[in-house]
Amino acid sequence: MKLATQEELCSGCSVCRVVCTLENFKAVQPARALLKIRGEFPDPGVYKIQYCTQCGVCAGACPEEAIVDHNGIYLVDKNRCTQCMICLESCPFEVMITDDAGYPAKCTGCGKCAELCPREAILEAEA
Amino acid sequence: MQYGYAGKILKINLNSGDYSAGSIPKELSDQYLGGRGFVARILYDRLKPGTDPLSEDNLVVVATGPLSGHLLPGSGKTHFGALSPATGGYGDSNLGGHFGPNLKYAGYDCLIIEGAAEKLSTVIIDDDKIRVVEDESLRGKGAIEAEKALKTRLGDDFQIITTGPAGENEVAFACISHDFGRQAGRTGIAAVLGSKNVKAVAVRGTGALPVYDSAGAQKKGEEMYRVCYSKPGFKTWTPYGTASLTDWANEVGAFPTRNFQSSYFEFHHAINGQAIRDHLLVTEKGCFGCPTPCGKYGLAETTVGKAYVEGPEYESIATLGGSCCLESIEEVAYANYVCDQLGLDTISAGVVVSFAFECYEKKVITKEEVGRDISFGSLEDVIYLLEKIAAREGIGEPLSKGVKHAAAVFGGGSEKYAIQVKGLEWSGYECRNAPGMMLSYMTADVGAHHNRSWALGYDISESDADVSALISAGTSGELGVATPEGKVDHVISMQHSRPLFDALGICRLQTQEIGFETEHYEEVFELITGRRVSWEAMIGISERIWHLTRLFNVKHIEGFGREYDYPPRRLTEDPVTTGPNKGRFIKREILDRMLDEYYEKRGWDKNGVPTEETLERWNLNNGQVVDLRW
Repeated sequence: MKLATQEELCSGCSVCRVVCTLENFKAVQPARALLKIRGEFPDPGVYKIQYCTQCGVCAGACPEEAIVDHNGIYLVDKNRCTQCMICLESCPFEVMITDDAGYPAKCTGCGKCAELCPREAILEAEA
Repeated sequence: MQYGYAGKILKINLNSGDYSAGSIPKELSDQYLGGRGFVARILYDRLKPGTDPLSEDNLVVVATGPLSGHLLPGSGKTHFGALSPATGGYGDSNLGGHFGPNLKYAGYDCLIIEGAAEKLSTVIIDDDKIRVVEDESLRGKGAIEAEKALKTRLGDDFQIITTGPAGENEVAFACISHDFGRQAGRTGIAAVLGSKNVKAVAVRGTGALPVYDSAGAQKKGEEMYRVCYSKPGFKTWTPYGTASLTDWANEVGAFPTRNFQSSYFEFHHAINGQAIRDHLLVTEKGCFGCPTPCGKYGLAETTVGKAYVEGPEYESIATLGGSCCLESIEEVAYANYVCDQLGLDTISAGVVVSFAFECYEKKVITKEEVGRDISFGSLEDVIYLLEKIAAREGIGEPLSKGVKHAAAVFGGGSEKYAIQVKGLEWSGYECRNAPGMMLSYMTADVGAHHNRSWALGYDISESDADVSALISAGTSGELGVATPEGKVDHVISMQHSRPLFDALGICRLQTQEIGFETEHYEEVFELITGRRVSWEAMIGISERIWHLTRLFNVKHIEGFGREYDYPPRRLTEDPVTTGPNKGRFIKREILDRMLDEYYEKRGWDKNGVPTEETLERWNLNNGQVVDLRW
């Protein structure tokens, strides 16, 4: 699914980040999450959500055309990827990471974050 | 491999700057689980009788539990402990936020801070890179201010605990702060950090936790969140958090008011959960893994100043609002903010300040000694005293050691209304109509604290319903099932079940407030650790810890025994002055009988010391020390 957010509802709980790495990497390792939560404290005291909007900038930057649009969700094709990491650097939301095998990883649109968010701060985007 | 745990205990020696990390002895995790269990066992083994709490021989132990950092509700809790400068006995406290999970992701379930640094320092744990960095620039900075400075310098992905000036100055109720509004408040552990010249501990953890059945644990964890979302309290309790107790506590006459002269505050409607939503709220702020964010982060504007603050929690509303008689939520929140920056436990601070107000009213302390007129209900006077206390100046010096000590210094009969047990100030429930809750406060291991046994439900409605259900049901007919009979069993049971969450490293509020069933924790524990341990067996571990912390007090407080378990004479002699319980108090003879029954059921002698038989049953008498040398 494509994601949308209602940031003002975010409580900073990081449930999204924990379920993200479990779903995508079978690991409890929020440092590797494919989205980020940033607190702005003490003032103004709100949370910001950096997430993959499926904008396609990474795909456009990739010299190997290894990031491919699958019905609006961009996915990394590891067979074509040369691990140059230009995509990582190009991501406007800084939400790509390097996986254990050295490949870039990005949001797969699995929707687990939206499914589990206690606050409806992350949701499935309307079509 | 101990699945669920990060796997290591980290010891840092501040004298040498050296550190070592080693695996958790299996006997420690088997018999003590983690969190509060590790804290109690390590402190008991390592500290010699006669240790001065503010000397470098004291330790600060920080421990997460096997469930901390995993995908399940409330998995963000961390426990702290030390020999308490307030009581001279066992001290511990707990906070949420994100520190504990990150300590685990860095590879450590537990951190032991030994010795003392020569200069004011920050301990930095960056995965496996450990440094102790001198930093005089942080001296005197508010706890919130210091966290902001360190986040800016080190990076947003560091999770940081700090002390305020009160900790640096070794105030007996200085608190540990974290995540811009969470505190490990009680028993003065930040004073111990101050005596070690530690201003902050910062951790960044980027690793993963070992899970026995990752797919199964993920599925179960997701189910646990969905169960929470289906509870009625999820929608009704969450918006108000702990402040939801304010009106109820007044309606049942259990709200500390005017230094516990009364148990009803006529302005409670102006300082309740709705007042927070109407006048303060900016963000519903949650701890790691929390489905029910109870943190109410907001902006308080008063004539004295304006500040962002998380809270006030019920306890702060009770002690700064009720006990100090502040009549608006903005004033309570701002007083809370001052405590947060200074790094003072709001519970003890509220009780200490209200004690000072009463001493002044009764002319036990003079204007000359105080430095000005002071009175209940004045925010400026509250702030004046808080600042004096944090700086340990003038009247702040005796007050900084807590009401028990201050009463001994002030004399004039003030010890009668120094509301404390064992040297720790009473928290937010007035008990002259609640014998079960009274016993809870008398026998809590750290001193007068409510977070062990919360027996008030039984005193009001003979019910262990979750709090949101109790509040919805209102009071039941005749106020106060104020009989001492039948209460001891409930107190003992809760002294095991509630602190068990502190050993597991998780929050108890989903269970306590919205009725989330404990069976779920049993199931997810097995999926995460690969070990089947029944909730009943875990309760047994919690009971072991209970006897151990009692033993700790016997070991460290000279002459410790029954006399340390009594409440102040206000509660056994002075009638409540106003409200639904006007005229009530509980005679000492009744408490004597309850204590007799309590000790017998606990397997302690008539002086409240665990018997040899009890120690043997819980494997506490073999003189063994858990070996933490690697």
